[in-house]
Amino acid sequence: MKFFLNLSYRHKVPLWGGFLIIISVLAVSASFIINAYIQVEKDLAIDSQKLGHSLKLNLFSAILQDDIWRAFEIITEASQRESSGMVSVENILVVDRTQHVLVSTHPRQAPILADMHRLGPELDEIAKQIVQMNTEQQKTIYLADSKHYYSITNIANDNTSLGTLVIVHSKDVFLPLFARNAWNGLLVGTIILAILLPFNWYWGQRMALPLVQLAARMAQLGKKWPDNLDPDLYEYHDELGLLFESYKQMLNDMRNKKALEMQIVQSDRLAVIGQLAAGIAHEINNPLSGMLMAIDTLKHHTDLSPRTTKTIALIVRGLNQIKDTVATLLVEAKMNSRNLTPQDIEDVLTLISPMSGKKSLHLAWHCCLTEEVALPSTFVRQVLINLLMNAIKAASTQGEVACDIIIDNEQLQISVSNDGKMLAPEQISHMFEPFTTFSEGGHGLGLWVTYQIVSQMGGTIAAKKEANDHMNFTVKIPLGGRL
Amino acid sequence: MKTLLRLFTACFFLLIAMNATSEPFRLGMTSATARGQYPLLEEWRLYLQQKLNHPVTFVFRRSYLECMDLMEQNKLDFAWISSPAYFENVRLSNLLVTPLYHGKPFDLSYLIVPASDHDTASLLNLKDKVFAFVDPDSSTGYIETNYQLLLNNKNPENFFKKTFFTFDDQKIVAAVAIGLADAGSISGFAWDTLAQSRPDITSQTRIVLQSAVHGLSPIVARATLDRHDTLAMQRVLLNMSKDAEGIKLLTRLNIDGFAPADWKLYHNDYLMMQRTGHL
Repeated sequence: MKFFLNLSYRHKVPLWGGFLIIISVLAVSASFIINAYIQVEKDLAIDSQKLGHSLKLNLFSAILQDDIWRAFEIITEASQRESSGMVSVENILVVDRTQHVLVSTHPRQAPILADMHRLGPELDEIAKQIVQMNTEQQKTIYLADSKHYYSITNIANDNTSLGTLVIVHSKDVFLPLFARNAWNGLLVGTIILAILLPFNWYWGQRMALPLVQLAARMAQLGKKWPDNLDPDLYEYHDELGLLFESYKQMLNDMRNKKALEMQIVQSDRLAVIGQLAAGIAHEINNPLSGMLMAIDTLKHHTDLSPRTTKTIALIVRGLNQIKDTVATLLVEAKMNSRNLTPQDIEDVLTLISPMSGKKSLHLAWHCCLTEEVALPSTFVRQVLINLLMNAIKAASTQGEVACDIIIDNEQLQISVSNDGKMLAPEQISHMFEPFTTFSEGGHGLGLWVTYQIVSQMGGTIAAKKEANDHMNFTVKIPLGGRL
Repeated sequence: MKTLLRLFTACFFLLIAMNATSEPFRLGMTSATARGQYPLLEEWRLYLQQKLNHPVTFVFRRSYLECMDLMEQNKLDFAWISSPAYFENVRLSNLLVTPLYHGKPFDLSYLIVPASDHDTASLLNLKDKVFAFVDPDSSTGYIETNYQLLLNNKNPENFFKKTFFTFDDQKIVAAVAIGLADAGSISGFAWDTLAQSRPDITSQTRIVLQSAVHGLSPIVARATLDRHDTLAMQRVLLNMSKDAEGIKLLTRLNIDGFAPADWKLYHNDYLMMQRTGHL
């Protein structure tokens, strides 16, 4: 039993349904068969009693006139008649009031004037029951362990009884009739089963499969992100449908939460890195400025040997490189920038056009900016140039780079995409960190700077894969954002 | 002369018309004499009608007694009955013709038992048995048996355990064959005729005894019937064996023809009836 209860709903629901259907059909069939049994018994009794009733009056007259031959002809004709098909007469006896045979259809077995009590145990029992019949006119008797059943009719006119008519039927006819009705019952049951069982199987599968899939997905939770449910699995809005809807909603919520967590972690990390980088940059900048000033002072001395002069020049170049790098890390509002105008955007386009021309790229440019907006033009231009240069570098030769600039919901939205190599999710998660490069020759600070600018202006930057397998970077900066 | 000829012709057609519309001759039959040959009897009726140039109807009754009751009520003109029925109502009718079987007007009474009964050798062996008779007015099927019992000092009233009448010779054979009756008495002519058509039934019976001869059942005419009509019927019946169509019918009736009936032929029956108290 436990084994059965532990079975999958996929098997349990159809099996339970099938079991219940079979039990129901068996119960209905059994009821049908029992009813058929009772009905056949009843019909046979009624048919036999009708026969007895129809013979009674003719026999009364024949017995009254002691016309044995006519009585014999009456019962012989009746025993040979083709009745309604229900009743088949095996023997008919007419007995007088003392249960002696007046006439029978089988005179050798029941000769005239033979004592019915001596014609075998069955007829003896019938004779006893005839004696016990008081006012009853007709009776059907089923003897236990007998191959016959008996219909007895009082041959009476008004209150004058001349004897009793005993019609002997063989149960051999009863069983085939019953079997025929029972067979009909079984046939109907089988047809119902043939219709219901496949339907039940389909319905069970239909119910269980979604549950099974849901259970499998739930089991995956905590180990990995489960796949989405098959959208065609269950399209109805009953309780089961609501369960699946809730599961989908829960899964979405969990995914969103996870993404949010990831974003927060990344933001925090980038913020820490930014602070660290800015701190280091400041710490380097101060001694660096001192070193550069000291070397500049040193260069003004004339007694320097050529070797020293060469070395000083080398140190100055190195220190300047450090300064440039540190300056890049340290994104600061070094100046008061004017507001962004459409001309700034056009300038950027002019600036990057030669680069895109070298790779024969198709540059899809779409700018909705028509007037000045309250954003520092210097930084926005830097962001736009960074994104476009990255896109041009990443795009394949004769590929496509698209740039879409719109004002939406009080935000400047810059969307740049390219048809180049897709970045892996792992790469995307670290792409805004400093010194993360995906191309040869890059120092890995472009996206870092972009990120720093955007985030310091209160905006967001996101990378995603587009439906046409293009890599897309979208920057959103709220209008009025300042460093 | 022309007028006389027209009158004669008119009278001729009038007579034919009267004849055609006159009351038919009514010939009574019992189950014993009809022997279930109703299609044959219909052909015989048409034959008689044609020969007599007069409508004929057959009236069927179960027993000889019922036939004679009809004759008494003038509802029959002729009847094919048994000699006891004739003697019991001798003033009602006159003997007309007697059938000829094997060229003779004689019949026998057979005592038959089931073929399975190998023991019964005489009537006296049938004490307390069930016995089947044809008709209370049958010489071969009733009177003869009673007479024989009386001759053997047995009382016919209680010699048998049970008796019954079938009113048909052939049914006696059936009753004995199936064992409804332990024995029966039957017209020899009827048994022989049945043996030709249904040997399967007669073979289930065994003839224990054959009696002395009786006259075959006669056809009688109502005493009050017009003599012309009586003679016309007698003539047609006597002449049946003289034309091909009549012979065919006689053959199927299993008789050779008819002879004028003579009451002496039935004298023994008369004596038996007296002895058994039927007269």
